[in-house]
Amino acid sequence: MNDYIIKVENLVKKFGQLVAVDNISFSVAPGEIFGFLGPNGAGKTTTINILCTLSKPTSGRAMVNGYDVVRQQSQVRQSIGLVFQDPSLDERLSGLQNLRFHALVYHVPASVREQRIEQVLKMMELWDKRHIVVRNYSGGMKRRLELARGLLHHPKVLFLDEPTLGLDPQTRNRIWEYILELRRREGTTIFLTTHYMDEADKADRIAIIDHGKLVAMDTSERLKKIVGKDIISVRTSDDKRAVEEIRLRYQIKARRDSNGLTFEVVSGEKFLPTFIKEFGTKILSVNLRSPSLDDVFLKLTGREIREETGDAFKAMFRRHGRRMRR
Amino acid sequence: MNNLRGVYTIWYRDILRFWRDRIRLIGAFFFPLLFLFVFGSGLSSRMALFGSGINFVQFMFPGIIGMTVLMSSFMAGVSVVWDREFGFLKEVLVAPISRASVAGGKTLGAATVALIQGTVILLFAPLVGISLSPQMVLVLLPLMFLLAAAMGSFGILLATRIRTVEAFQAVMQMLTFPMVFLSGVFFSLQDVPTWMSVLAKINPATYGIATIRQVVLEAPPDSPFGINLLGHTMSLWNNVALLAVFGTAMTLLAMRSLGSQE
Repeated sequence: MNDYIIKVENLVKKFGQLVAVDNISFSVAPGEIFGFLGPNGAGKTTTINILCTLSKPTSGRAMVNGYDVVRQQSQVRQSIGLVFQDPSLDERLSGLQNLRFHALVYHVPASVREQRIEQVLKMMELWDKRHIVVRNYSGGMKRRLELARGLLHHPKVLFLDEPTLGLDPQTRNRIWEYILELRRREGTTIFLTTHYMDEADKADRIAIIDHGKLVAMDTSERLKKIVGKDIISVRTSDDKRAVEEIRLRYQIKARRDSNGLTFEVVSGEKFLPTFIKEFGTKILSVNLRSPSLDDVFLKLTGREIREETGDAFKAMFRRHGRRMRR
Repeated sequence: MNNLRGVYTIWYRDILRFWRDRIRLIGAFFFPLLFLFVFGSGLSSRMALFGSGINFVQFMFPGIIGMTVLMSSFMAGVSVVWDREFGFLKEVLVAPISRASVAGGKTLGAATVALIQGTVILLFAPLVGISLSPQMVLVLLPLMFLLAAAMGSFGILLATRIRTVEAFQAVMQMLTFPMVFLSGVFFSLQDVPTWMSVLAKINPATYGIATIRQVVLEAPPDSPFGINLLGHTMSLWNNVALLAVFGTAMTLLAMRSLGSQE
């Protein structure tokens, strides 16, 4: 095999005037967990749809498991497993029947079919619930069933589009345990989109996408070095005076926000003790943290990644508009 | 081989869903039987006999069988729209089976369910004083299946283009009732005004209903129960061929329509 399992070259997808994916290129190595991070409407789902043959690129090329996503659709489909952002189960059938259907359309050999179904159901802890009609499953159970289904035909690449969207933290953690376990046991490549920072942190490499363009691509650690400095938040008795003092004393520009002041310094652990000792304005509280992917995104795009979630209606509208075209 | 397996899987799921929901069979019989016994019996005395001792209920009986098959298969397309709304269609569309086999499996599924429903109506034949020989049943079953497949593929073609269940049901109702009324279920198409006769002959269901009626009532194609198309008396095989061509065309269009979906 090659040294990559997904290769994307100059991919473009336009919906009329709207450029959803704007000339992106990247490749993913076998066994890698690759995260696509970006706000809603950035082009994450559109890219996944092209990679899984649901949508055709306007231009550019994409290969999955050595097959072209336009010319060798059937081979690509056989190579991949999918967990969509929106549920895609037959709610009127039982969990078991959903998996049997999947096994049939993905040509899982009859000799191993039942055994594999049992294996994935047990892994997702749904074996006891297998005869229950999916309509009566909880949100977390449905997600787990979809994961089980995505694994059933032993795909080379598993696409997870916002796999834990709308789930409670406990279920999210459990699902992540399964995903990591899967990679360890089967060596499956995992391609994931998310706008949760902590989720993106679990990926080996992260591509940050905004307005259809790749803005950065690297490991989480190295991306955080783009920000470089540690972030200190302080609350003081007189913020205005404190800003001035920081500027004069350290030649650093502090930002004032609802939580007081925020500024960045190189190696905060060393900076902080001297700062507290010598600072003239009365300090009420201090917080030191390393940069998060949120800060990386802010640095690269000038916007916070969460900004768009506040505008959920617009994002939903945009997503719906895209679904209409499918 | 792969295509066949795809067709089978899609078909199997539809049958499984039907079986899980078999209570709806009762609903499916209620309506036709209401027509047959209430409507039919009420009007029977006012309707002239059709010669050779056939009364109105007996005349309507094969029509009701055809109507049951037609409505059931035509409406079955709704499952495609449901699947789209519930997201399951995506699971099907990214599966390594051809879109053509999806459309084919859906058509066969619709036709099978409709055939089961039509067959149950067939069991009521003795109640209206019609005796069916085994030979007649053996001819009727494939005829019903053909009508169901033709109308089912038409419904599925429409379903690939309509995005919401509400819109689909509105369109279907607008099409189903004219199709049923203009197919000779409730009255003979012999003495209707020209405009109606023209519409009835454009309606593919007419040929299915007429054929079923000729078999059930053991009437020849040149009887009042036959169809004269442009001066030509349609034989049983003519009708079968016409339905088969229509059904094949609709299935091919549905396959193409589904294949081009993103």
